[in-house]
Amino acid sequence: MQSLIPILERIVGPQRVRHRRAELATYAMDGLPTRESPPGLVVMPGTRAEVIAIVRALHEAGVPWVARGAGTGLSGGAVGDQETVVIALTRLNRILRVDPMRRRAVVEPGVVNARLSEAVIQHALAYAPDPSSQTACTIGGNVAENAGGPHCLKYGVTTNHIAELEVVLPDASVVRLGSGSGDAWGPDLVGLFVGSEGMFGIAVEITVRLVPFPAAVRTFLADFTSIRAASEAVSAIIASGIVPAALEMMDQVCVGAVESSIFAAGYPTDAAAVLLVELDGAVESVAGEANLVESLLGRSGARTVRSASAPADRARLWQGRKKAFGALGRLAPDLAVQDAVVPRSALPDVLDQVGAIGRRHELLVSNVFHAGDGNLHPNISFDRRDAALARRVHVASGEIMETCVLAGGSITGEHGVGSDKRDYMPLIFDPATLDAMCSVRRVFDPAERANPGKVLPVHACREWRRGAA
Amino acid sequence: MSDAILTRLRALLGTNGVEREPDGVPRATPDSIEAVAQVCHLAQEEGWRVRVEGLGTWLAPDAPADLAVSTRALDQVVSVSPADLVATVQAGTPIEQLRRRLADQGMWLPLDPPGRPDRTIGSVLATATAGPLRLGFGPVRDHVLGCAVVTGDGRIVRAGGRVVKNVAGYDLTKLQVGGFGGFGVITEVHLRLRALPRADVTLTVRGARDALTAAARELAGAGFTPSAFEIFSPALAADADWVLAVRFTGTDAAVEAQARRMHSESDLAWQALAPERSAAFWAMTARAVAGGPVTFRLGVLPDGLDETLDLVTHDLEEGLIAAGAGGGMRWTGSAAPERLRAIRRATAAREIPMTLERAPWQLRQEIGHFGAYREGVGQLVGRLRETFDPRGTLSVALEGEG
Repeated sequence: MQSLIPILERIVGPQRVRHRRAELATYAMDGLPTRESPPGLVVMPGTRAEVIAIVRALHEAGVPWVARGAGTGLSGGAVGDQETVVIALTRLNRILRVDPMRRRAVVEPGVVNARLSEAVIQHALAYAPDPSSQTACTIGGNVAENAGGPHCLKYGVTTNHIAELEVVLPDASVVRLGSGSGDAWGPDLVGLFVGSEGMFGIAVEITVRLVPFPAAVRTFLADFTSIRAASEAVSAIIASGIVPAALEMMDQVCVGAVESSIFAAGYPTDAAAVLLVELDGAVESVAGEANLVESLLGRSGARTVRSASAPADRARLWQGRKKAFGALGRLAPDLAVQDAVVPRSALPDVLDQVGAIGRRHELLVSNVFHAGDGNLHPNISFDRRDAALARRVHVASGEIMETCVLAGGSITGEHGVGSDKRDYMPLIFDPATLDAMCSVRRVFDPAERANPGKVLPVHACREWRRGAA
Repeated sequence: MSDAILTRLRALLGTNGVEREPDGVPRATPDSIEAVAQVCHLAQEEGWRVRVEGLGTWLAPDAPADLAVSTRALDQVVSVSPADLVATVQAGTPIEQLRRRLADQGMWLPLDPPGRPDRTIGSVLATATAGPLRLGFGPVRDHVLGCAVVTGDGRIVRAGGRVVKNVAGYDLTKLQVGGFGGFGVITEVHLRLRALPRADVTLTVRGARDALTAAARELAGAGFTPSAFEIFSPALAADADWVLAVRFTGTDAAVEAQARRMHSESDLAWQALAPERSAAFWAMTARAVAGGPVTFRLGVLPDGLDETLDLVTHDLEEGLIAAGAGGGMRWTGSAAPERLRAIRRATAAREIPMTLERAPWQLRQEIGHFGAYREGVGQLVGRLRETFDPRGTLSVALEGEG
């Protein structure tokens, strides 16, 4: 590792290679509180050419590496170990082109998600995926993890908004996948690349689709005396044919945390569940759908329904939801954020079981989640310095995951597998499918040096190079 | 040789699962995913070339092969969940059969692929042939949550899942959708559904091509949210002139209001189609796309539509054209390989990919579904094909000869 320092310094300059212990500690974690492991080196390229040169040097030296954006990921995906070099991409933060007519923007991977939307707002356009960390997380990280967000119920997740990628493969060759128009020149390799968790290469130029600002937006906040009633409201709205822009739920613990924090948004603290519904689209559509949603909420037992159309009023309704994770951070030093998906119809039963698991392990569990697509975020508040408590969190997390899988769900809806959920992969994929994933990874990275140890369980790759036999 | 293959297949599947195609090639019609896997495994062991078919209504079943594997006996709707709006469907299910089944329960798969209504869902996925509804509901891949695939050497890979949001593992489903069967045989699919819209209104207007594309461009920026907005050539619309059609779906109030505003915001003489005529119109235009031997699609953006229409109609006959106001166009007609190559070169220079969707084998082999890839991509595709079809068992011409 030491011998790499001068090689990398020649590429990026001595200021951009970090190797002191204190410097490396900054890169020992991402948003996942349960994995801490400093890398061997950190290198911070500022240009596409530097990225290519770095990857080539590491390829020649046979050293594994981890590409990293803002480090806000929640699955340990951007964390390496002593044997790996972290390639920090935050300096590649230029918005290269905006084409309002074609509704496209071309960006470098280190561009912060929210900055992109700010940069295109003057054209009445937006970049739709809006993960909770959007003021910090980068588009490159979003591509790696196929990030979602509250508004992906209607607009889709990251994969639906990427038209073209320029990718540096682990052998330092460069390929362009997809096309500006969004149709591929061949099979859908952009679709395959997005969500590959940094294991197929580094996207150094990303062409995203932009969406027009809706002509009208209407937000509703409804509160319920049971989670079941709120879940039924969710199902009723979806069954009506309306696809809201967002459909978010918070449980009582979560509402309590928000309301006792500086982010207090006036949510009723005695409600078992609070539901946020947002409609957007043509003026006529929103008006028609709003009437229907209001009556469906009432019929499902909503105690009160507030609604807002003006941006400032809507922001007030959203505030509690947007700041939920910040507020939950006040309850305990650490928060284990889960990210399972269940069929919408299973929501009430699964939430009951999650509550029971929390009680059994004497843990504080709160729920704030994307109800419309069944994407749960059961959060466990804890202090990782208490080893016994951390173990209980680990066991409870596993039980929650199994519950969701048994209900027909998935182990992750938007945070990715990373190292955190790697061992759950066999719960939802059989050996032949895991083996196929191993083979696909080797198509992009035969030496398995890009983000090693993530996504695929160690024993999943049973037959080495089956195709070559 | 074909008699021996017939015998081996009958030993594997029983006499019901094996017959001969019109061209004499033995055809296996396995009725389970496992049976498809057995056939592929046997074929790769014996070194037989396999062509994969649905009902043979879109791509002609004419690829050179020692045997054909048809998904036609895999025609069951395995499960439908109205509460979750998801369905699991075997690949050989005709799309019209699925549509009726879903409509009975108030659900809808907003996919209106070109071709005959008995086209199989597997065919639609493998070729990624979306229709006009792609404007409102996205391309084919957006409707697919996961799929089971049998690889060329008979492994069963189950990609994705059954929930509407899922980032677990690599997204292998994306490779299968639009892979033209080069990465395995799609045998079962998990689909995302919608509730049947309460209102569904279509307006049409006929006129000169340029007037209609100009109007479409203007209206596309006027705050409407149509589910489909498509321009058809006279031959395709069976009309004396070009036809522009817009379709609104959703709540009654929203659909009525937008249809009303469409009349007031343009000078065009929009005609609203009665509900049964509306369904017939879209079915007719979908079916008409298969009215010639060759179909290709171009990934053109709205601002390049006029120029691309000029280019295509200059180099080829006007043919059957369906072009989206939101992008993408499809052409059907007769064309020689060198003409298609010229179109591909000309559109590639404008950063517009051309995908050959259907053509006789000779043409597919010569110019390929995709043609030449960008630098480096061909190697990735080649290695991916090796991964999913190690011995080249599946008879598919993705690239062509050049």
